[in-house]
Amino acid sequence: MKTASPFLELESAPRVDVTWDGVPLSLPEEANLAAALLAAGVHVFRSTPVSGAPRAPFCMMGACFDCLVEINGVTRQACMLEVIEGMVMTRPSEMGAHADET
Amino acid sequence: METDYAIIGGGVVGLSVAWGLLRRGLTVTVLDGDDGSFRASRGNFGLVWVQSKGMNQPRYAQWSQDSAAIWADFANEVGYNTGHPIPLEQNGGLDLHFTEETLYATVQKYEKLKEQLGGNYPFEVLGHNALRKSEPHIGPKVVGAILHHQDGHANPLKLLVALAADVRRMGGRVLTGKTVTDVTKPDAFRVTCSDGTSVTSKKVVLSAGLGAAQLGPKMGFKVPIRPQRGQVLITEKLPKLINRPSLIARQVDEGGIQIGATNEEVGLDDRVTQPGLSGLAAEAIAAYPALARAQLVRSWGALRILSPDGLPIYQESAEMPGAYFVTCHSGITLAAAHARLLPDWLEGSDAAPDLEVFNENRFAVS
Amino acid sequence: MLMKRDFVIIGAGPAGMAAATQAAELGLYVTVLDEQLRAGGQIYRDVDRASKSLGNILGADYTDGARLTKHLRQSGVEHISGAVVWAIEDEFRISYTCEGRGAQIEADRILLATGALERPMPIPGWTLPGVMTAGAGQILLKQSGVVAQNAVLVGAGPLLYLIGAQMVRAGTPPAAMVETQTRSDMIRGLRHVGGALQGWRYMAKGLGMLAEIKRAKVPRYTGATGIGIEGEGKAEVVTFTHNGRTQRIACETVFLHHGVVANTQAARSLGISHTWAVAHGSFVPELDDWGQSDVAGVFIAGDGAGIGGAKAAEHAGRLVALKVAEDAKRLSTKDCNLMAAPLRRALVRELAARPFLDAAYPPYGAALRPADNTVICRCEEITAGDIRSYANLGCLGPNQTKAFGRAGMGHCQGRYCGLTVTALLADANRQSPDETGYYRIRPPLKPVTLGELAAMDGTTQDAAE
Repeated sequence: MKTASPFLELESAPRVDVTWDGVPLSLPEEANLAAALLAAGVHVFRSTPVSGAPRAPFCMMGACFDCLVEINGVTRQACMLEVIEGMVMTRPSEMGAHADET
Repeated sequence: METDYAIIGGGVVGLSVAWGLLRRGLTVTVLDGDDGSFRASRGNFGLVWVQSKGMNQPRYAQWSQDSAAIWADFANEVGYNTGHPIPLEQNGGLDLHFTEETLYATVQKYEKLKEQLGGNYPFEVLGHNALRKSEPHIGPKVVGAILHHQDGHANPLKLLVALAADVRRMGGRVLTGKTVTDVTKPDAFRVTCSDGTSVTSKKVVLSAGLGAAQLGPKMGFKVPIRPQRGQVLITEKLPKLINRPSLIARQVDEGGIQIGATNEEVGLDDRVTQPGLSGLAAEAIAAYPALARAQLVRSWGALRILSPDGLPIYQESAEMPGAYFVTCHSGITLAAAHARLLPDWLEGSDAAPDLEVFNENRFAVS
Repeated sequence: MLMKRDFVIIGAGPAGMAAATQAAELGLYVTVLDEQLRAGGQIYRDVDRASKSLGNILGADYTDGARLTKHLRQSGVEHISGAVVWAIEDEFRISYTCEGRGAQIEADRILLATGALERPMPIPGWTLPGVMTAGAGQILLKQSGVVAQNAVLVGAGPLLYLIGAQMVRAGTPPAAMVETQTRSDMIRGLRHVGGALQGWRYMAKGLGMLAEIKRAKVPRYTGATGIGIEGEGKAEVVTFTHNGRTQRIACETVFLHHGVVANTQAARSLGISHTWAVAHGSFVPELDDWGQSDVAGVFIAGDGAGIGGAKAAEHAGRLVALKVAEDAKRLSTKDCNLMAAPLRRALVRELAARPFLDAAYPPYGAALRPADNTVICRCEEITAGDIRSYANLGCLGPNQTKAFGRAGMGHCQGRYCGLTVTALLADANRQSPDETGYYRIRPPLKPVTLGELAAMDGTTQDAAE
């Protein structure tokens, strides 16, 4: 899932280990979480509950809710969070019409 | 004669009645308000509910049961006709209790009603452990519940869309953005709107919710209704947490959990308040602790239309025979009865249900 | 027991920061609530953390924001960052979430300085991963120093040129700029050339950026139509028609922009009246010339009052602070008017170029009237055709439409579909946007967990706890 990123990080910063959807990643400490995930090559953040369509960050300012991740059982917007060492994130366990189609 | 029936109010009550009349081959014109009207039809909880109704009036319990029994068939027909399926689940509903006292007090009332209904009141009392078997996420504070097998829930908004579509499909005329200002009966009925629109009809049904307060007296009705606010919360879409609906919470077909509702006497104020939302959240978490981490995404406040005893009013006007007042606060539960059974009463046919107990005169001061 | 503030400001962008600093100077007890972790709003996002090299890429207009953040710090105003406001009630109790806990604060007066949102731009494929707003591209750069390597910029407006120039400076020029404004738009804009010349500094910057983009040989296509984005599970190609020929440009990221619009969520939740502003192509709150709304004690300044840009936001923020100080009897009416005069003159200068810009870079028409199968509500995946069908079922306004089809019921609460739904209904019902109306906005303005809500049951908490 982690592929070459379409994004370039212009500056470097000390990195810390986190887990995203079971995959270990090394992200810049205190970086914006959505930006860091994008730069690390994460293309798809979640699937929509209505149709299962893939989504990724859209507005980066906490308004569109397309960058949702789940941390400690709570759904949060990745663009409103910072990278903390040891963070464990999963895709949101949203239910909807699509969830039944497995 | 422009139309057989003019129906004032295009919410779920008006559209259900319109549907039933159109099914019988009558012509119908519905006059509906605008986008900003109060519209209990889009703010309700979506229950198709039998238990707790008519505790002091068995006839109301029966009327609710009659409607619940034919709801699936009605929903299937409307859904099939329009291609707008109406989600419905009738696997029973729960009345959750946090103390043994309230649980047993309710059970006594249900036993009494069951007798009055000749035994047709299928309910079970579940202690906490028994409840956990079917509701694995129920919290420790819930001492038990009453499971009533005739209860269920539907998607009330999809019901509304489907009815709107089917009424039009069957040739019903729906005029939107209308405020009816007067109803007179020189010979036929003449219904006039603020923008000058006028409809003549053989009969009129006033089903305008709170909007009936102004117009009803002009038609000879007492209209003893008052608004009562219910605030409701809905969460983000979640994995399946709640199997059976209760008045505290239900998981809707789209995946969100709907939590409700307050009972506030605040007049025509449909706003939500933080204390209202917080109280509802606290109760929901007491019932289902896993909800503590669920995100509230939306809330709304809607105004119930309550008669003094909370029961429906079905009344023909003595001053203007042929004008009918139809109002209730259980428009979803009663949608099937309004669609299939009420038209017989409106038409005065042999099959007309006995709705005497729902007469306005029951509120006469002695 | 809450200590009621004289003045609470929601938003720490230029309007909020300027208002806070000015109000504090006049002796008011002020608190700023901002959902971001550091002051700056969107336009000066993380300006205090930007390195020198990043500052060079972003330009002096951006780094100038550090002046405002510095004054805010020095003013001693209480600034609660990471505070997500979700309800404003009564007169006035503000509920917000901070660090996972619910809290409340009371204020005599409020300034809503919550800025703008990108105008929704529903085109085929706009929901694919890799498609973002131009504003998002800016934020990636400002806050994280992250830049897209193979991006196409799509739409209309000076922000596209700013981003394009910044990407050139960063060494990753855009693969192409696909612009929707036509020559006739430009000519219509020139009718406002007087204003454009008054705002000549601003225009000169724009031309400078275009020159940078040209020097980097970035292909520009103007007057583009029929724009769509395609790809298997993510954005891979932008297609469009240009001079009668179909073009396909491979890319990995697409930045969309066709203007910004006032963010009216908080204002609407308070019942503040709004009108459709034809020039802005959006609803704006009805305000007097101090920024007071028709709900007593609630002021709005900055882009949330109508798009005017960062400098205009500062001046408007200060005007509000003066008026609030006068209301609170910390400033005489005479001094208030004296101090307001230069701000009003500065505002006129700042807004001078806007008529030209609005006319020369209008919104992309096909995105204002999307095809039936284009998704217009991202959260619930409702299409334009769905909305048109609800109009046929008698929906005159967005609230009936929301009930019928769920558009506007998702997480974003209509931020990215509200204007589209109003426009589609207005068209279908042959009514004006004002007659059609907008979504009823209610709390929570942002999601809040039930646990936080429940913890507030029966108590109120002070921000300082």
